[in-house]
Amino acid sequence: MDQVVSAGGSILDVQDLKTVFGTRDGNIHAVNGLSFHLRKGELLGIVGESGSGKSVTMMSLLRLLPSPPAEIVAGQVMFEGQDLLKLSTKELREVRGGQIGFIFQDPMTSLNPVFTVGFQLMEPLRKHLGLSKAEARQRAVELLELVGLPSPEDRLKDFPHQFSGGMRQRVMIAIALACDPKVLIADEPTTALDVTIQAQILDLVKKLRHELGMAMVWITHDLGVVAGIADRVIVMYGGLIVEQAPVSELYERPQHPYTRALLETLPSLDEEREDRLKSIAGQPPSLGAEPTACPFAPRCRHAFDRCWNENPPLRRVDDPGDEALIHEVACWWDAAEGEARVGG
Amino acid sequence: MSAVEAISETSPADEVLVSVENLKVHFPVHKGVIRRQVGTIKAVDGVSFDIKRRETLGLVGESGCGKTTTGRAILRLYRVTDGRIVIDGQDITALEGEALRRTRPHMQMVFQDPQACLNPRMTVGSIVAEPIDEHGIVKGREKQDRVEELLSAVGLDPRFANRYPHEFSGGQRQRIGIARALALNPEFIVCDEPIAALDVSIQAQVVNLLEDLQDKFGLTYLFISHDLSMVRHIADRVAVMYLGKVVELASRADLYENPQHPYSKALLSAVPIPNPATEAERKPIILQGDLPSPANPPKGCNFCTRCPIATELCQREEPEWRETQPGQFVACHHA
Repeated sequence: MDQVVSAGGSILDVQDLKTVFGTRDGNIHAVNGLSFHLRKGELLGIVGESGSGKSVTMMSLLRLLPSPPAEIVAGQVMFEGQDLLKLSTKELREVRGGQIGFIFQDPMTSLNPVFTVGFQLMEPLRKHLGLSKAEARQRAVELLELVGLPSPEDRLKDFPHQFSGGMRQRVMIAIALACDPKVLIADEPTTALDVTIQAQILDLVKKLRHELGMAMVWITHDLGVVAGIADRVIVMYGGLIVEQAPVSELYERPQHPYTRALLETLPSLDEEREDRLKSIAGQPPSLGAEPTACPFAPRCRHAFDRCWNENPPLRRVDDPGDEALIHEVACWWDAAEGEARVGG
Repeated sequence: MSAVEAISETSPADEVLVSVENLKVHFPVHKGVIRRQVGTIKAVDGVSFDIKRRETLGLVGESGCGKTTTGRAILRLYRVTDGRIVIDGQDITALEGEALRRTRPHMQMVFQDPQACLNPRMTVGSIVAEPIDEHGIVKGREKQDRVEELLSAVGLDPRFANRYPHEFSGGQRQRIGIARALALNPEFIVCDEPIAALDVSIQAQVVNLLEDLQDKFGLTYLFISHDLSMVRHIADRVAVMYLGKVVELASRADLYENPQHPYSKALLSAVPIPNPATEAERKPIILQGDLPSPANPPKGCNFCTRCPIATELCQREEPEWRETQPGQFVACHHA
């Protein structure tokens, strides 16, 4: 995969990451040679359906997947000049929750029910930053204030079940932000929430990004959410990146048939109602082996011979040279011309 | 099937099939060693609407607003605390036992989680045949034919009848659930978040299927969902629920173009649009706080604790349910 992107200005650089799950029924190739980078201060949206490998990718970065069954078989994750995949457990613990924060999908299950919120918030502060109990407490109050939790002092001694879903997600965000991380990875942080609560959290994240200026990875299946907050978007399918582009470019000129179909299936809230929804036929791939063909070919309306025999690499579709506007697609079909690509 | 179709063919287009009047479902809260009742959860607290034959009524709201309880109560899966439910001219509010069982073939349900609503130890064929056995409609070869017919109707290969639910994907499992709901030729189906557990690319397939079946069999749907853009696609009229009450009921066009209740406005404005240019301009109305507990709803208007335009009147008096323009009903002092 020829990555045209230079590592300059990027804070996280992932090369050729491969993660395989060993199960009784054979191996599942969840992530198949993924390369991407995260620039300083940007918000990178990662979009895909369940099973596309988006969460597994992010969990692999910090080696959060239980092994076995999961095994990272290849790749390199460069962060601050070190390869996260080669760190010892102890060194890795310094990075997790310290320099890289993580927000998980389900605020109900990712907080520990038997410890108070205050304890869970102060733990990383004391471990990573070596604050005293009193200092950690004060910082914890500040953090809860930052994420907009009313009367934070009193709520430190409350347990997670005493909070509503939206409030728990705010607590999760506060914990992730506790040590001033350089990178924040959010895995479907608003999926379990209602729309009005999601609006609150999105508003909060936009505000915090301005104030704290950290880089963020935002994993979601919701193309609407990504449109509103991301600077750049990666679309995943079958454990591969099928398209990546700056956000407005992606929505205006989607190239990959999967991205195009995905945008078409969404019913709109304000445009003319169509009689029938456009749907993508078929099922997502089963990932039983490393891809030797395009994973989307069985569901693709443009698939031709080559798609069944060769897996297309990512290639640039925009004007080469402009580093800020890289638009790449992994497809043998040319969306602009409406026909098969000529050559490699 | 032909009998049902014959009736619906001849009936006028705007005949009311399902009528719900002032429906209340309260659940008692017990505490302590002797399980003394210490309060009530007012899950549904005075809901009224009609569903016309062959119409789809969308029921939207956030989790905990009582939309699922409403759907289940209409099918009498819960005991109704107060109010009246009439389906096809028959009052089913107080029916019990055998009399209630006899009404079941007319009304069915499609559940949210296709993983949990199918018995993993039964084959797909027996899952779909179970309602037919239960009501003893047909037997033997005829029954098998019916099962095959149903599986084809929902877009599954009839040869899959001997397989088990785990061999199917989420979207296919939802199709099995739909086939089961169709088995008794119902007129009315409550679809409780039928697509919430499915992937975006599969959701459209299932929604298209539901629409096709509606045309084919003349079905009437109550479509419960929190996905406002999907409801806009499938529903003819939409009811918005908040904390056990319907706050607004209107035709699809009126509700989405001209929402009147401040909660409907906030809900619609909060939906992210998959278009970066629109998103950059969009100013969502951000509601403060969370849904109050249905065990202790606020005095006056239910929404007054989060409403951006609430006044002293709203905290004192419950707003009346009134028609602001033909076909659009709102419960708000200021609409």
